[in-house]
Amino acid sequence: MSNRDINHLLAELKARYLEDVKMIGEEAQTALLVESHCLTDILGFLKTNESYQFNMLRNLTAVDYLEYIEVVYHLYSLPFRQTITVKTRCGMEDLQVPSATTIWPSANFQEREIYDLLGVKFTGHPDLRRILLRDEFEGHPLRKTYQAGTTGEKEVKSLC
Amino acid sequence: MLKTETFTLNMGPQHPSTHGVLQVVLELDGETVVQAIPNMGYLHRGIEKLAESRTYAQFIPYTDRLDYVSSMGNNLGYCQTVEKMMDIKVPERAEYLRIIMTELNRIASHLIFMGSLAIDLGASTGMMFGFRSRERILDLFDMVCGARQTYTYIRFGGVSADIPSEFIPALERFLTDFPAMLDEYHRLLTGNEILYHRLKNTGVISAQRAVEIGLTGPALRASGVDYDIRKVEPYGIYDRFDFSVPLGQVGDCWDRYTIRMEEMKQSAGIVAQALSQMPEGTVMASVPKVVKPPAGEVYHSIENPRGELGYYIVSNGGTNPYRLHVRRPSFINLQVLNEACQGLLIGDVVAILATLDSLMGEVDC
Amino acid sequence: MQEITGLFKIAEILRAILGRFLSDPQLVDICMSLINIGSIFTIISLTAVVLVYAERKVSAFMQRRSGPNRVGPGGTLQTVADMVKLMAKEDIMPAGADKWMWMLAPILLFIPAAAVFVVFPFDNKAIFADLNIGVFYFIAMSSQSVLPFLMAGWASNNKYSLVGGMRTVAQMLSYEVPMVLSILGIVMLAGSMRMSTIVAAQQHTWFILLQPIAFVVYVITATAEINRAPFDLVEGESEIVAGPFTEYTGMRWALFFLAEYANLLAVSVIATTLFLGGWNGPWLPGWVWFFLKVGGMVFLFMWFRWTFPRLRIDQLMSFGWKVLLPLALLNIIVTGIGMYIYEFFS
Repeated sequence: MSNRDINHLLAELKARYLEDVKMIGEEAQTALLVESHCLTDILGFLKTNESYQFNMLRNLTAVDYLEYIEVVYHLYSLPFRQTITVKTRCGMEDLQVPSATTIWPSANFQEREIYDLLGVKFTGHPDLRRILLRDEFEGHPLRKTYQAGTTGEKEVKSLC
Repeated sequence: MLKTETFTLNMGPQHPSTHGVLQVVLELDGETVVQAIPNMGYLHRGIEKLAESRTYAQFIPYTDRLDYVSSMGNNLGYCQTVEKMMDIKVPERAEYLRIIMTELNRIASHLIFMGSLAIDLGASTGMMFGFRSRERILDLFDMVCGARQTYTYIRFGGVSADIPSEFIPALERFLTDFPAMLDEYHRLLTGNEILYHRLKNTGVISAQRAVEIGLTGPALRASGVDYDIRKVEPYGIYDRFDFSVPLGQVGDCWDRYTIRMEEMKQSAGIVAQALSQMPEGTVMASVPKVVKPPAGEVYHSIENPRGELGYYIVSNGGTNPYRLHVRRPSFINLQVLNEACQGLLIGDVVAILATLDSLMGEVDC
Repeated sequence: MQEITGLFKIAEILRAILGRFLSDPQLVDICMSLINIGSIFTIISLTAVVLVYAERKVSAFMQRRSGPNRVGPGGTLQTVADMVKLMAKEDIMPAGADKWMWMLAPILLFIPAAAVFVVFPFDNKAIFADLNIGVFYFIAMSSQSVLPFLMAGWASNNKYSLVGGMRTVAQMLSYEVPMVLSILGIVMLAGSMRMSTIVAAQQHTWFILLQPIAFVVYVITATAEINRAPFDLVEGESEIVAGPFTEYTGMRWALFFLAEYANLLAVSVIATTLFLGGWNGPWLPGWVWFFLKVGGMVFLFMWFRWTFPRLRIDQLMSFGWKVLLPLALLNIIVTGIGMYIYEFFS
């Protein structure tokens, strides 16, 4: 999405959600940073609004920045062939983000993956279980604080 | 009082037609599927975590092991993402070589799809034929990079080596033989009445649902949604080629099958065009010895045989990625399995799994 | 020379030789019966060996491979090596299996497969028991193989096996009907259920020319009866792993295998006898003609297997009941009318 468009969109969103939305990043890496409490509203707005129609959730992932975890939504608009990145942050003490499964069912597995590997709880998710790791696994490996071989697992001795 | 009960059948993780170690927990009412829950993770290697402790260049071989039947595409996606972060300009000849290799790999991957679909439906001859033709492509890859499956051929700034002199004649021979091969498959499989009735109107996914559930690649286009990243966001030099994107109408298994068959033809066309346009020159740009992308993040996606393969890389300016996420099309496409299978028979689950063409190396990452 | 090459002549010579050593003619009869039984079992077990090799070579030919070529000249001993391997394998019984049912199933499956060979006319007069209800006997015996499949499926305590067992019952029962009806046309033409009479009636015209629809229906239903592709739903390996055989290993599994190939041979023999004129043919001895025709039928069945995909269970059932059954019934009616008209004019 070009910068002018995104500013326009931002203005529209700002009018609705006041200080909960802002634009971060430069040029090619611009993204909308959204407060998590109005995330579903904004995602729903982006999906249904006539002039944007971001009807496709291309990618959903999360990044651990030590103080907070950032959930990243890469959206795509099939009718307008545009992309946008939406981000939301949640602090380490309260890792909760509303689930986007009601807006895009495709978020289902991806949210489970994030829950599995980073430990973000998606409230309202229909089936929030581990997806790649086994159910008894302890810890969330993609966190920066995760130490391999120490949590939950017995220490693996090298065979050599 | 007589009553019937549903029962659970664990299809996989050791099962001939789950294409790897996928477990599908089937809840069956007789032979009718009530629910089909995919259960993955048996091949999880933590590649995303491994990436954080590898340098950027060291990660290229790991991409080979994601979607291991179309490794060229994985290489390409990753390298283009890093190039995008570092603003590396790839030499013309390397761009053409990349196109040739990824399109050949697409053909090879679709041939495997065709073969595995055939054997899943009980026609093992189709598989033999598919693998036989794929062998020709693997021989070509063997010539350029010495590997048949895990190539690591595409690197930052170009490709690892220029093609040897015998490559172009061999490729031209392949391109001349390929239409006849394709014709043979059409006669063996496409024209077969049983195959048609097994696939037609099986596992129908509507266009709207396909978009909502996040399908990409041939599975999405079979439902009639025109979304091919080669066309809508041309990466590399795809805007220079003349090819069409086949679309389905119904979104059933038959469409998913015919679309892939047609895509092979289109890919062969792209390879032929690229071969005729390819200039002489170097195949490698000058790239710093230590790859250190500036701090920032990039999401870049390409059209892999299975769908949109995206790489999301967050860099903090160091030698290793801070976070690397791979959007694996197989993984996301698998979400549709449950609703596509409901109400159908066990034999249809196999057909749907085969036409979704999920690959466990990629699903489990 | 022509006289001695016939199987019946060979039996006569044997009988004469035995008669010299054994005084009691009853003893000679017993010995001859034993020899006949022995040769039938030799045929069954040898054909399994030959057919497995043939199948692998045929499939290799269709898939442009070379097939087995390591053991023995041209890979001919491959099946022998496989059998040695199967016999040396550990016999594993699944936990929770119904022991007796599970053990009996492969044996019970093999018995009817072997018993039908009694009524096969290999050559003129070379038939172990020329029953006056030969066709009926064949149908009755071959339908016995439904039960062992279900037994194996149920007793294995495995869901794949159970699904496979259920499929067998559905499939074999519903394809039995059109099969019987297609054979009925032949019985009407020949006016007898005796195999030798049916073959003799084809001395001038093979019944395939008079009953082409019946032949097509028979070949399709026979493929379904012996559970071969495109009707191999019972063991459809990409769906239910191996159906009722999933839990069997070693020799037990080999018995299933043996029965499968014995059945393949049996339906080919019946096709030859009923439609292709049996041992009738010029120049060559009767049994050579017989085995040539049987070989042709076996090749046809193999050809099906290596080219067609598998049907789905609902398609299978609807095809059986909605297409084959009316077709077979129609054939009977047409045959009856035709016979009436023929008699009226002659």
